[in-house]
Amino acid sequence: MSHIIRANNLVKSFTKGLRALDDISMVVNKQEVLVVMGPSGSGKSTLIRTFNGLETFDSGKLEVVGVPLYSNHDERNIRAIRRKVGMVFQQFNLFPHLSILENIILAPMKVQKLTRIEAEEHAMHLLSQMGITKQARKYPSQLSGGEQQRVAIARALALKPELLLFDEPTSALDPERVNEVLDAMRTLAQKGMTMVVVTHEVGFAREVADRVLFMDSGKLIEMTTPDIFFSNAKHERSRKFLNQIEK
Amino acid sequence: MKMRKGLWIQVLVLALVFSLILVLVNNISTNLIRSGLGFDFGWLNRTAGFALAEHVLPYSSSDNYAWALLIGWLNSLKVIFASLIMATLIGFFVGILSAGRNTLLRFLASLYVTFIRQIPLLLQLLFWYFVGFLSIQGNLIGPFKGILNISNQGIVILGINLSAEFSALLIGLSVYSGAYISEIVRGGIQSVSRGQWEAFRSLGLAENIGLIKVIMPQALPAILPGLTSQYLNLAKNSTLAIAVGYSDIYAISDTIITQTGRAIEGFILLLISFFFLNIIISNCMELLNNRLLSYQKH
Repeated sequence: MSHIIRANNLVKSFTKGLRALDDISMVVNKQEVLVVMGPSGSGKSTLIRTFNGLETFDSGKLEVVGVPLYSNHDERNIRAIRRKVGMVFQQFNLFPHLSILENIILAPMKVQKLTRIEAEEHAMHLLSQMGITKQARKYPSQLSGGEQQRVAIARALALKPELLLFDEPTSALDPERVNEVLDAMRTLAQKGMTMVVVTHEVGFAREVADRVLFMDSGKLIEMTTPDIFFSNAKHERSRKFLNQIEK
Repeated sequence: MKMRKGLWIQVLVLALVFSLILVLVNNISTNLIRSGLGFDFGWLNRTAGFALAEHVLPYSSSDNYAWALLIGWLNSLKVIFASLIMATLIGFFVGILSAGRNTLLRFLASLYVTFIRQIPLLLQLLFWYFVGFLSIQGNLIGPFKGILNISNQGIVILGINLSAEFSALLIGLSVYSGAYISEIVRGGIQSVSRGQWEAFRSLGLAENIGLIKVIMPQALPAILPGLTSQYLNLAKNSTLAIAVGYSDIYAISDTIITQTGRAIEGFILLLISFFFLNIIISNCMELLNNRLLSYQKH
């Protein structure tokens, strides 16, 4: 199977002695769903944000969608990666001054140089996939959190990415709004989208993930299938973490 | 009891204000009587008798005072309007640099702002006039002769002739106000959340497109109120034109007051004209502000 992310010995230090990423080496395969778990401050957000150049690293090598990235962070390579990798944030980060439709068509028009008609047609298709066509002309502040996050997913899909990154996509939602977002992600996974998801949703990880990556203090502790991870984790730290979130 | 005490204080304040106004009116009328001048504007129709180096409309020394004042007024508008545009361009350019990621450019921007804000505007204007223009020998920019010509006569750009006085005032006011505007722009840009930058970058949008399409529209509501007050300051500061010999409304009024002795009428005209100019500026900005904020009212 061919890989879509390959990380070799990634290291990132914040302050002296403290490492956000401590010698991370890993591979994400095409059409795989990888769930990243770990206590807060373990470096899981930092890791996923290095995948599209939002975070820098001090040493090591990264290869995402076939584009290499080194610690010098070549701007052109980062742009090339971002054109093929979508990202969904915890706080949605929709553009509040633009309508839902304008949020989605901005990048296709400016990056891929599509005409407005082409971009809008594709945007409406994505919105219907997310079940929110009625909201196309509204503004982000008029939507519920769950709807906003689904718009953010549609926006991330607008460039037809090869990989989607999710940074705690349901952590800022009201509990009753979590499932509509997880359902949308589940559908994407079924269609074969490659996804890396930082989340605390154990149910989602059990059901959808192909593999689970567990991090603690910047280190990759273990990377295994959800079956093994949730029932028979090898490492003491993984078991301790699972005990805490199940309480 | 408390009510009555409050009432007494109000009556006292009112009496104080009244007596102050009475003293002022008494003072004015005594002066008018002493100088043998009544309070009237008939003198506006008399011949001015002084020449003006700069006039937007035709003017000669045989025209009357009213016409001379109008010329001065137009000269003021000319320099205020031109400086307003230049200060805005400088302010946005430097403001964007100082909110950016390039350390060297950020340092240069903060050097400019720090330097300009420590020096009185009057000194800066005199500097641009005496050191910047009058000390130039020959043409400053040799190779561009014909397109851009900078000498102690002023600036000639594409056939448009700007006097040394106008140019010094234009540069001085723009560079000075630009420094303040850049700080307002920087603050506005920094008020937009980090997540908005990350969102447009994640979509593969270039920095300049993200700045124009995503960041600026959200920064403008925070920038506009500060910008308005800088525009008003710039308009008022333009009266320092007299220091470099540019014939703006204040410089011409000053000459007229010296010739006619009509200080009270002259100042009333000055105050009214500036009042209306600034009302126009702040109303225009208010209009712009309402248009920009309309998206927040959905």
